[in-house]
Amino acid sequence: MLKFILIKLAQLIPTFIGVTIVAFSFIRLLPGDPILLMAGERGISAERYAQLEAQLGFDRPLITQYLDFVGGLLQGELGTSLVTHAPVIDEFMSRFPATVELSLFALLFAVIVGLPAGVLAATRRGTFLDHSVMGISLTGYSMPIFWWGLLLIMLFSSTLGWTPVSGRISYLYFIEPVTGLLTIDTLLAGNWDAFRSALHYLILPGIVLGTIPMAVIARQTRSSMLEVLGEDYVRTARAKGLSGFRVIMVHALRNALITVVTVIGLQVGILLSGAILTETIFSWPGIGKWMIDAISRRDYPTVQGGLVLIAFIVMFINLLVDVAYGVINPRIRH
Amino acid sequence: MTPLSPTAAPGTLRHQLAEFWTYFSASRGALVGLLFIVFIFAVALLAPWIAPHDPALQNRDAFLVPPVWHAEGSWRYLLGTDAVGRDVLSRLIHGARYSLSISAMVVMLSMAVGIFFGLLAGYFRGWFETVITRVMDVVLAFPSLLLALGLVAVLSPGLTSAMIAIALVQLPYFVRLTRAAVIGEKDREYVIASRLAGAGHGRLMFNTLLPNCMAPLIVQATLSFSTAILDIAALGFLGMGVQPPTPEWGAMLANAREFMGSAYWAVTFPGLVILLTVLMINLMGDGLRDALDPKLKRS
Repeated sequence: MLKFILIKLAQLIPTFIGVTIVAFSFIRLLPGDPILLMAGERGISAERYAQLEAQLGFDRPLITQYLDFVGGLLQGELGTSLVTHAPVIDEFMSRFPATVELSLFALLFAVIVGLPAGVLAATRRGTFLDHSVMGISLTGYSMPIFWWGLLLIMLFSSTLGWTPVSGRISYLYFIEPVTGLLTIDTLLAGNWDAFRSALHYLILPGIVLGTIPMAVIARQTRSSMLEVLGEDYVRTARAKGLSGFRVIMVHALRNALITVVTVIGLQVGILLSGAILTETIFSWPGIGKWMIDAISRRDYPTVQGGLVLIAFIVMFINLLVDVAYGVINPRIRH
Repeated sequence: MTPLSPTAAPGTLRHQLAEFWTYFSASRGALVGLLFIVFIFAVALLAPWIAPHDPALQNRDAFLVPPVWHAEGSWRYLLGTDAVGRDVLSRLIHGARYSLSISAMVVMLSMAVGIFFGLLAGYFRGWFETVITRVMDVVLAFPSLLLALGLVAVLSPGLTSAMIAIALVQLPYFVRLTRAAVIGEKDREYVIASRLAGAGHGRLMFNTLLPNCMAPLIVQATLSFSTAILDIAALGFLGMGVQPPTPEWGAMLANAREFMGSAYWAVTFPGLVILLTVLMINLMGDGLRDALDPKLKRS
């Protein structure tokens, strides 16, 4: 098992180098002089130009610049934001928990709705219920989620007034961050009202972000279940006289879950893409909105650092999925 | 299953097409999807003639007019007008041109480049294959929308850069599929026979192997087409794609967002059109997969 993990890690090294090259080239690929671009329309004095050039290292050979960049990266140094002048890594860390909370909630929603829906559709194959589940899931899969978010805001926030439009928690509450996930921190603090408030703010963006993963999970669960339900051991279990419910839940679902778990793991990239849109619509202070703001403000060090960090997270989670898959299904390891 | 057309001899193109159509038309969803796509392409082609108004015309006496079924609605503007008095229906009709043509370009670009590199990687293997797969892994390590956004920022926001960015993000899927298909096919008898008959590398790759690797690529092309429509709209919505006042569907949503509270129609209809188009393409894609996937064929 350890060997399997080490091999997987070793395979990541070229991708790691590639990601750093992409992020490194980012500023340098820009048409025009990056420093003039950063200065914007106000222009820049010759002294300040030289100072910035030295500070950003643009006066040194490219290969030295790249090695410095990777060296800094390994020590958690990602430069400073042009807008806030704070270290990029700090800005990232302060926003990352918000995205984690949103994504976890979205995934939870996707699994809680998608998994039973897929099981139901498979066991009632060909019925109206099956067709409805598949229809809804294909619709969810095709959903432009930025529009879906606006639609839900119009209905639940503007018309019905049930949920707030933007932010993470009511300004009435201040919660000392422990995990950074407000729903958990409020519970740790034992503040029920604050917890309710945080959940209120979380529910709409969570559903919006969870819609596509839900559809994918429902479809995958249905097809894996259909495959498993035709297997001999399921027939044997039925022949032994076990109840239909027990056969489905214990014998079939457990085996169908192997592929479903992989698919759930593969949703991470989709979740992060979706988080950019969801966070923009709901003004959710996570890394998606942070990246969008950085791109529109042309805050290049932030864009560069953010790209690297996000790519690392995706790679890391894909590695975890691979390893988890190896644990569930030992044949993969060899 | 229904008998195939008796006039076509097995193995001919006509026979293959007839067989394909038998499987494809067996799925009602796929047919509905196909019909809708034909319809929306027709709308896009005929936009200047069927749109009731000029999509850019601002009617100063008709700001935020609701759709016709409201009391204040008017038959002049079936789906209402936006904040500067432009007809929503006409903009949607003209928007179809942008969304569909950009997405079609994305798919063609991505498919052509992807097939080329995939063929080379699968055919020659060795270091070239390693480099290609690693580069594709790097592209896949970034969330697709984020990478597209970053690229657009580098290339400066607009139609062409959005197209290039989304094509690049889609590239790995075509490369991987082609490579896998080529590796699966290249040691089959017909390829060896062709090589023994003296076919060169180019002929083997493009004339012998490629036609036999097309089935999964066609399915992927439909998937890419619907993803491209969503991504173009997302970029437009974020202000990084097609720039206003162009009536692109995503950009229309972004414009209408401010008036969400007072004019639901300006937000609802562009999104509905995006959803319907993507849904129908996916429906057709499912049908295509069933018809082209030999594993699922019942005969």
